Amino acid sequence: MSLTTVNASQLTVTEQVMKVSKNVLSKITNAMLLPIIGITIFIFFWSIAAQSIHTSLGTFPGPNAVVKQFSSLYDEHVVEREKAEAFYQRQEKRNAAKQEKNPDYVGKIRAYTGKETFFDQILTSLFTVTCGFLVAAIIAIPLGIWMGLNKRLNSAINPIVQIFKPVSPLAWLPLVTMVVSALYVSDDPMVSKSFLTSLITVSLCSLWPMVINTSIGVSSIDSDLLNVSKVLRLPTFTHIQKIVLPASVPMIFTGMRLSFGVAWMVLIAAEMLAQNPGLGKFVWDEFQNGSSDSLARIMAAVIVIGFIGFLLDRAMLELQRKVSWDKSSASV
Amino acid sequence: MNLSASENTEFLEKNTPQAFLNISQIDMVFPTDTGGFTALKNVDLKIDKGEFISLIGHSGCGKSTVLNIVAGLYQATKGGVLLQNKEVNEPGPERAVVFQNHSLLPWLTAYQNVELAVKQVFNNTMSKAEMKEWIEYNLKLVHMDHAMFKRPDEISGGMKQRVGIARALAMQPEVLLMDEPFGALDALTRAHMQDSLMEIQSELNNTVIMITHDVDEAVLLSDRIVMMTNGPEATVGEILDVKLERPRSRLSLAKDIEYNRLRSEVLTFLYEKQRKVENISSKAVTPKSIPRKRVSSQ
Repeated sequence: MSLTTVNASQLTVTEQVMKVSKNVLSKITNAMLLPIIGITIFIFFWSIAAQSIHTSLGTFPGPNAVVKQFSSLYDEHVVEREKAEAFYQRQEKRNAAKQEKNPDYVGKIRAYTGKETFFDQILTSLFTVTCGFLVAAIIAIPLGIWMGLNKRLNSAINPIVQIFKPVSPLAWLPLVTMVVSALYVSDDPMVSKSFLTSLITVSLCSLWPMVINTSIGVSSIDSDLLNVSKVLRLPTFTHIQKIVLPASVPMIFTGMRLSFGVAWMVLIAAEMLAQNPGLGKFVWDEFQNGSSDSLARIMAAVIVIGFIGFLLDRAMLELQRKVSWDKSSASV
Repeated sequence: MNLSASENTEFLEKNTPQAFLNISQIDMVFPTDTGGFTALKNVDLKIDKGEFISLIGHSGCGKSTVLNIVAGLYQATKGGVLLQNKEVNEPGPERAVVFQNHSLLPWLTAYQNVELAVKQVFNNTMSKAEMKEWIEYNLKLVHMDHAMFKRPDEISGGMKQRVGIARALAMQPEVLLMDEPFGALDALTRAHMQDSLMEIQSELNNTVIMITHDVDEAVLLSDRIVMMTNGPEATVGEILDVKLERPRSRLSLAKDIEYNRLRSEVLTFLYEKQRKVENISSKAVTPKSIPRKRVSSQ
């Protein structure tokens, strides 16, 4: 009798150990193994499919061709940097020589005007999207808070938001381009027109998700919390600072993440169409270039664009985790 | 002295000692799509300083509405509330509210939640050190000093409600309004909280209006139990004086004849005189759902 109970308890211990190890195993599987399997299968089908697609620019690039292009893009970058370095050195030498002859001579350093490499374009795009997004956030969040607090304002502005929200960046772009070139006239421009055009287009498109989410977040604050504020007779500013903002932070961040995603997509399209510097221009240039490597280079750009978009979203998520009190809302 | 009738009432109004808190002939009509819904009709109640009043009645009878009017969160359609002869027409910290579901700000610690109230109320009268001391004193009063720096999601429901009470007490209110403060707690925690409240009350002797569903809670804590009739047009049905000696202990009261008499009176009122006729279709317009909407639309 006692033997059987001991056996039973032993069984449960081993069972438990197995359960725990199973849990750990399944976690590893979910986090690592399955994505790797998924990616492997994708690459396999990609390379199979690529071989059988023949375009006027040659066979559709498979994974190998893309990897090769990544390294050649990097090499080009290094070469271009060396050229730039040499260019500046030559200038310095020339200036030094002139200065030797004439001590009053003040040397000019001219900027290198060589071709922007893939990596330069990435940085340009990242800078533009960040600026455009920040401009949108500075407008959208206060506007959203105001709309959330004021029902009448919300009713007045909401139709405008709803109509402009689904507008494609490509529709805005010609208008923005014309308006920028008409209004932004300066002999010594702080930023280039193309940068401004991209920035405004990005802002116009990424404004709306932030406005909508912020206003919803603010207007759906628990009425009990608002009553607390009323009982305490908090002045408007303190009310916004202590109650409204923290309570709607999760929704504001949801809007910001959506907007950043939109901004990144819009930017690539805007750069392509408007020939503004950036990754979009890179893609367009390669397309126009039409060399046998072009498709592989575009595919490399596609992967980089996707990867950067993913990283941007992750960065926003991390920021949300840092700032927001509500950790549960800051999940993937 | 020869006075005409109108002069006489004037004289009386001037010279009769007014109640500390005077809820004077309140009507409350909520606008609905099909016209007005009269939630309260002629609710009249005078409360002395230091009194502990329980409002009891079936759900949907307008208890919360009365409390919200006293708090200033609603405006009565007719009649009004006088606190120390001053009319109540907006919410304020002298009428602190303990809400049913604690309503602590989830992003602040217990200490910070109380601090928000203290800073707002005593900004001009207390130094920083005094404020700190006062916040800690109030948290100690509700036995929450060990978890001052925990956030609401890190503490239990009973603890949250304690912090809510500490926040209300820290405003040093003239009237403390409690809307089913222990309704969401389990029976053991509730009993514990009731004992805590009695202990605090013996120390501070606040004027309290508490809404409750719990007959035992009402008898145990109150000086007077105000029983409300069913809505619509709910009003004060009966008022029961509870003259049990303090401090009260739930154990010894369980066998007390007077306690059991009071208890059965309340039960008789609730389940014989004001038996709630359950009607599922009429539930859609319980006053509870209407006030919520009104508040959110403001």
